[in-house]
Amino acid sequence: MRSIFLQVLAVTTINLKSLPQRLWLSLATVIAVGLVVTVLLAFLAMANGFQRTIADSGAEDIAVVLRSGSLSEINSVVLRDQVRLIEDGPGIAKGADGKPQISGELYLTVDGIKRSTRTKASLPLRGLGPQGPALRRGIVITAGRMFNPGSNEIIVGKAMGKEFEGFDLGGTVTFNSTRWTVVGIFAADGSVFESEIWADLPVVQSLFKRAGAVQTVRARLTNPAAIEALRAYSDSDPRLKLDVTSEAAYFAQQASNTSDLIQKLGWPLAIAMAFGSLAGALNTMYSSVAARATEIATLRAIGFGGFSTFVGTLVESLILAAAGGVIGAAATYLVFDGFTASTMGASFSQVVFNFQLSPRLIGQGLLLALVVGLFGGLFPALRAARMPIVAGLYG
Amino acid sequence: MLSPTDPMIDIVDLCKRFTKGKETITIFDGLNLAIPRGDFVAVMGPSGSGKTTLLNLLGGIDRSDAGGIEVAGERLDRLSESELSRWRASHIGFIFQFYNLMPMLTAAQNVELPLLLTRLGRKERRQRVETALGVVGLADRVKHYPKEMSGGQQQRVAIARAIVSDPALLLCDEPTGDLDRATADEVLSILQVLNRDLGKTIVMVTHDPAAAQYAKRSLHLDKGHFIEKELAA
Repeated sequence: MRSIFLQVLAVTTINLKSLPQRLWLSLATVIAVGLVVTVLLAFLAMANGFQRTIADSGAEDIAVVLRSGSLSEINSVVLRDQVRLIEDGPGIAKGADGKPQISGELYLTVDGIKRSTRTKASLPLRGLGPQGPALRRGIVITAGRMFNPGSNEIIVGKAMGKEFEGFDLGGTVTFNSTRWTVVGIFAADGSVFESEIWADLPVVQSLFKRAGAVQTVRARLTNPAAIEALRAYSDSDPRLKLDVTSEAAYFAQQASNTSDLIQKLGWPLAIAMAFGSLAGALNTMYSSVAARATEIATLRAIGFGGFSTFVGTLVESLILAAAGGVIGAAATYLVFDGFTASTMGASFSQVVFNFQLSPRLIGQGLLLALVVGLFGGLFPALRAARMPIVAGLYG
Repeated sequence: MLSPTDPMIDIVDLCKRFTKGKETITIFDGLNLAIPRGDFVAVMGPSGSGKTTLLNLLGGIDRSDAGGIEVAGERLDRLSESELSRWRASHIGFIFQFYNLMPMLTAAQNVELPLLLTRLGRKERRQRVETALGVVGLADRVKHYPKEMSGGQQQRVAIARAIVSDPALLLCDEPTGDLDRATADEVLSILQVLNRDLGKTIVMVTHDPAAAQYAKRSLHLDKGHFIEKELAA
């Protein structure tokens, strides 16, 4: 066993020390694998960042009430009478003033211009009541002030302000032929709400002709388990044809749809590229075996076994691929980690998020690199192990 | 187990053919040969006469088509590939025309390679490497790479590699074919010492009659058959 280990170590050392003789070919393989890993990790970091941005937005003790069958806020309608019935529902927490902690909200899209590309995009405008901000975690006005009820004032999430034009504090924007003044910038712990524009609910209802209805109702629950009682209450009252879910579950669903889509694009693309780099790896390793034919045959003549030759060649391939994987992961980290982007969310409005790499994703990238290395080295390694000694010695 | 009176090499009715396209070339057809232990035999003959093929068969790196080859007490035609590898490691030292050193390894690392197939520890391996390099007069070149040495020195490193695991049989394929006369004589003298003082059996393929003079006897291979000439006293 020890002898086999020493043989493998010797063959691997010889292979690796001879890499400079095949520098450019080996480098091409490393770069090809690195590109594959970069592409894959960029997509995965995008999906991960998007999912975290949205999924982190939800709380377990906040109920989100939508019209039955609505997949998102944008296509939901909750009537005023239904809002009142929910207020009276079980499990709704009361504030210090004894009033139920509930917020009927309108969710609309308005046009905006993206700073980076100067293209039009749909931005989410949320009309919400005075309790709305308190029903969300970590809402802080970082500049300016809260909008005044009854006025054409908006406050803007800080991610939105960075990505889109016209949302500087004190500036004015026009939605639906009405001018709005930006009076505040708010942070929301990096959640999806930082991609929103907020305004007073009655003003939005009036100017967008949505009086008498909201699209969603948010309510604070006495505890997360109270969601069941509220859902049962809604299901048992024929006037309430509504879906009741926790905010955490709602956002998790919203996030998974889009991030699944991103991943479904990323993996096939990366795998297609992986086949390309696999061809490169095979070429490199076959060339390596051919270039070392005399060395391999000499070692075999001395008494080295075919197994050590096989493993040594395979290890060389794996090391080249791993080097590519590490370079690809490092490149993705340097270029993309924390890179801010925006894309269409489930409600057909822009969600601003950061690409986020994680150790798990880097592990997936390296695994793909090693798979390329394994298959790129397998057949050349078999050739090396099976090469007739005489052919290797005398050509 | 090889007894002192058994021949080191005993070839009986050896057949070896090569197929080249549709053509079959017969190299040996019923070759017989016995070489006693401690002999130093030069194998000569025209190109294509089968000298190197014979050497490869004796070293267990090529297979015969028929007949028996017994080397150092082992029937090579009955061993599997892995058994042949192990057998080569402990019984055979190869010396090639172009030295076949690993260019990326130092002289010591090259010489150490056969010892990686043994159970020896690092310290013992180092001692053996130093001894082997000392035998060929290169004790001061331990850390030199092949490209830093002359052809003659490289061949001496190759000889050290061949003897480091103390094999009974050295197989030399044109060991001086790439060397000038003076250097060739140095290398051949070392082989002579290994045969005379250390009792190594040596089979050396060569085209060079001067090189053959260093052997105890010379076998001329022609059309698959031997013609023997006694050389040394």
